[in-house]
Amino acid sequence: MDAKELIARRVARELRDNTLVNLGIGLPTMVAQYVPPHVRVYFQSENGIIGFGARPPEGMEDVHLTDAGGAFVSALPGAVSFDSAMSFALIRGGHLDMTVLGGLQVDCRGRLANWQIPGVLVPGMGGAMDLVSGARRVVVAMTHTQKGAPKIVEKLSLPMTSQRPVTLIVTELAVMEPTPEGLTLRERAPGVSVREIEAATGAELSIVGDVPEMKQ
Amino acid sequence: MRTISPAASAELVPDGAVVMIGGFMGVGSPHRTIAALVARQARDLTVIANDTARPGVGIGKLIGAGCVARAIVSHIGTNPETQKLMLEGKLAVELVPQGTLAERVRAGGAGLGGVLTATGLGTLAAEGRQVVQVGGRDFLVEPALRADIALIAARSADYAGNLVYSLTARNFNPLMAMAAETVIAEANEIVPLGVLPPDAVHTPGILIDQLLERPRVA
Repeated sequence: MDAKELIARRVARELRDNTLVNLGIGLPTMVAQYVPPHVRVYFQSENGIIGFGARPPEGMEDVHLTDAGGAFVSALPGAVSFDSAMSFALIRGGHLDMTVLGGLQVDCRGRLANWQIPGVLVPGMGGAMDLVSGARRVVVAMTHTQKGAPKIVEKLSLPMTSQRPVTLIVTELAVMEPTPEGLTLRERAPGVSVREIEAATGAELSIVGDVPEMKQ
Repeated sequence: MRTISPAASAELVPDGAVVMIGGFMGVGSPHRTIAALVARQARDLTVIANDTARPGVGIGKLIGAGCVARAIVSHIGTNPETQKLMLEGKLAVELVPQGTLAERVRAGGAGLGGVLTATGLGTLAAEGRQVVQVGGRDFLVEPALRADIALIAARSADYAGNLVYSLTARNFNPLMAMAAETVIAEANEIVPLGVLPPDAVHTPGILIDQLLERPRVA
């Protein structure tokens, strides 16, 4: 199993029945492929829909029906569309149960940077600041390192997305949770030791007792 | 309501105007008006929109044709031309969180001075913003946005200018229809008065100043 699939499968285990969930572009989108059986999740997209599904067959796309990344999607029975103010009222108003977002860096307090590399990559924050500030649970799905450099760091060197800490960080090596005691190591990926995780992490991890392996 | 040609609509948008443009990555953008603005070689526009789509698509056409001097948007990641012009200092880009942008436009159309939001607190988006405390929580004061012209797109219109949008093509269009001095709408079809059920109308026609003629059917 490659790193991204491992991450997506583990994040999918965080999905709860009858909840509203927003998946970011890229790796987070993969989570939709691994929704556990008997769990009914309503996916929201910032551009104004609840209840979208997979891309329709070639030639059956609707040019007025895409996800926030601009990719064609379908509308499942019971889907609802709305304008951008309603879409973000859902996000900020406590109606969105969970969001899954990619990350560039997360600091020791669980604060995320994921919208800009100054002078190099300036995509803009899109809906990311609203999602991290407003969703009930914020799960970061990202690789543990970038070209060998830790993405979990003591202090962010990239612009912060929100001062509100995220709920959970899932990488191909570990599951971590920001707590008042610091960044707590909750799970290890199969076959990965605590020492290996610490070596790939740029911030101090709080480790309490035996750290279990990630459940698949 | 009489309808106008795309070229006539482009004449109503003067150089230097502040223009709101509906659409999300080009979905739900007023494509015929945009093409007419490119043909008119509009210049120095300030564009308020969610994004600048992709090169050659939707608002990306205006960027590529050099029509835009300033953009107030939430996202430019899908348009390398916008990013390049921004880094070269040839295009001023103000990045605004998407939900904040939507509410600033909504406030502009609803007669409000702005909105209070926790989004952006402590980040670069808070630069130059006042922080106020309400009920023990901090909020940024985000001022309302208004424009000279709003260019919007719908699936269906009737001859009173009533509009119905389709699926994710709705996005910023109904908000912008409220927030500009002059509102120019285009629709995929124009149906006779009485065809659109009152409950189904998303934007009341009284808000629409100009309606583009029906698209030519080949």
